[in-house]
Amino acid sequence: MAEFDSPGGLVEAATQARLAGYRKMDAYSPIPIEELNEALALRRTRLPLLVLVGGILGCAGGFGLASWVSAIAYPMDVGGRPLISWPQFIPVTFETTVLGAALTAFFGMWALNKLPQPYHPVFNVEAFARASTDRFFLVIEATDPRFERDATWRFLENLHPVGVSEVAP
Amino acid sequence: MAPPDRPATSAETAALLARTPAVIAPGHTFNSVTDTISHVVLSKRTPLGWFLGFAIAFGLLMVLNMTIGNLLLTGIGIWGNNVPVGWAFDIINFVWWIGIGHAGTLISAILLLFRQQWRTSINRFAEAMTLFAVACAAMFPLLHTGRPWLAIYWLFPYPSTMGVWPQFRSPLIWDVFAVSTYGTVSALFWFAGLVPDLATLRDRAKSGFAQRIYGMLALGWRGSAKHWQRYETAYLLLAGISTPLVLSVHSVVSFDFAVSVLPGWHATIFPPYFVAGAIYSGFAMVMTLAIPLRKFYGLEDFITMRHIHNMTKVMLVTGMIVAYGYANEAFFAWYSSAPYEEFMMYNRMTGPYAVFYWSLIAINAVMIQLFWFRSIRDNIPLLFILSLFVNIGMWLERFIIIVTSLHRDFLPSSWEMYYPTRWDFGMFAGTIGLFLALFFLFIRFLPAIAIFEMRTIVPEAKLHPTGHHPPGGGPALAEDHG
Repeated sequence: MAEFDSPGGLVEAATQARLAGYRKMDAYSPIPIEELNEALALRRTRLPLLVLVGGILGCAGGFGLASWVSAIAYPMDVGGRPLISWPQFIPVTFETTVLGAALTAFFGMWALNKLPQPYHPVFNVEAFARASTDRFFLVIEATDPRFERDATWRFLENLHPVGVSEVAP
Repeated sequence: MAPPDRPATSAETAALLARTPAVIAPGHTFNSVTDTISHVVLSKRTPLGWFLGFAIAFGLLMVLNMTIGNLLLTGIGIWGNNVPVGWAFDIINFVWWIGIGHAGTLISAILLLFRQQWRTSINRFAEAMTLFAVACAAMFPLLHTGRPWLAIYWLFPYPSTMGVWPQFRSPLIWDVFAVSTYGTVSALFWFAGLVPDLATLRDRAKSGFAQRIYGMLALGWRGSAKHWQRYETAYLLLAGISTPLVLSVHSVVSFDFAVSVLPGWHATIFPPYFVAGAIYSGFAMVMTLAIPLRKFYGLEDFITMRHIHNMTKVMLVTGMIVAYGYANEAFFAWYSSAPYEEFMMYNRMTGPYAVFYWSLIAINAVMIQLFWFRSIRDNIPLLFILSLFVNIGMWLERFIIIVTSLHRDFLPSSWEMYYPTRWDFGMFAGTIGLFLALFFLFIRFLPAIAIFEMRTIVPEAKLHPTGHHPPGGGPALAEDHG
């Protein structure tokens, strides 16, 4: 694990590490850095698709509920008007669409991120406490095919970090 | 892969920032921002003023408990509303509180979509304000049912033993769905925004107890790049979803009135007019809260004059839309030539409640013209007082809309005056107490300003600061961006 003191340093290091052939790495930062997606070659997230599905389910659910209640469960004939008077179901349908999409966005994001997660090895490194304030970290995992303890250590030291440390599992 | 114009966009943003400074005072770093905001929460010393304010709020909260206790024991007869004014303080206060909540969502969602960086330092506590306001609002219609535990089957569709289902063609049911969705989504949005800051508090807390509590709430957030990517996507999506939601909520609230046939309610202008009024009153409340907050906690570096100015301008614009709504109502009362509409307007202007009508015109149409002047926008104590007046003015607006239309409708034989009782006032004051008590707890235990978002706007966060970096990184980055 290498520690940097600026977002630029981290992005540059991540780019170098990828050019050097490392694949199993992760970067940690106190702020979102869009450029890291590219530097680490992160794939785009599936989240928007899930949210779309959630929204569609909410939409169908809301309209279905309103129609089922009004036409089957509790039909009420008001002046011979149609039981499924759809324009009046739109507000509820809209709200359930929003609710479905929002719940999916929220819970989907945590689920994809595998959070809450009570334990993670990176927290074993003392310096990592500053990852939520002003320090930026690049971690190359031991499972990476190109990982060799000493070579990787030297490689990380060449990236102008503030410090390099080993993460206990 | 990011599109090739990405760096240009961030450069434009930077240029924009340079032209309109003071979203954050100069000289701040990641560390100083984090320190200043988290100190308010993590410090062992609680300021005396906090206890004083909390005591007052707590006292009012007890008034609320007493009122609700009496209400449930005796029934809603303790309130002043009765036929023909069947809706009074309960719906006035409901609309007032919901409206206040709207500014929070506007700031956190709509301004995020428009990339308004000044939202960053006020969005967190504005969202908290939304949540607490919705909680206060929801209490009124629930308690107006008199026996809320029996009323659930009117409100929510569930298979009750009576086999009765709610009426989906009724705006009141739309309201249930709109407000409950709004409350839920606001809570999700707020908590999602808090998680990285809770992680910061976890890492900086000195006491083991605080570390554990914040640690649990932070869900093990560690700021991984992949997590940030999904997080930002989810946050943007939530903002995109909340934007039509917030507009829909007050539109649906206005349908409660507009779908009826009562003169003064049955108007197509209601949805936009209500939404504008909501944002107007909400910004007034944000201002009412922000001015003391920045003063007592020394947050003037983060909530700067830029924020105060912008909020005043938003109030000016939305206030003018509201004033247009008043003019429009008067115009249509005349233009329709419908005697009931004409009488409604005449009764508002000259009837027994005329003094409230003219007060609200004086505040919402005349007083806000002061916001045109820069000298007024710079005068913080005056702005605080004006924002209180706007809150009052918007409350009066709802009073006028609801009471004047109901108390004299089509049939003079059913005309009746409405007078609130002390329990009406007790309940209203009580919800203010609840709101303030929750707010005091919030600023003591959670970061009132989004720390991680503040970090993104300090100069250090820029990826290509000129001349700060070893030259090695330059070519690789440039190459990568194409």
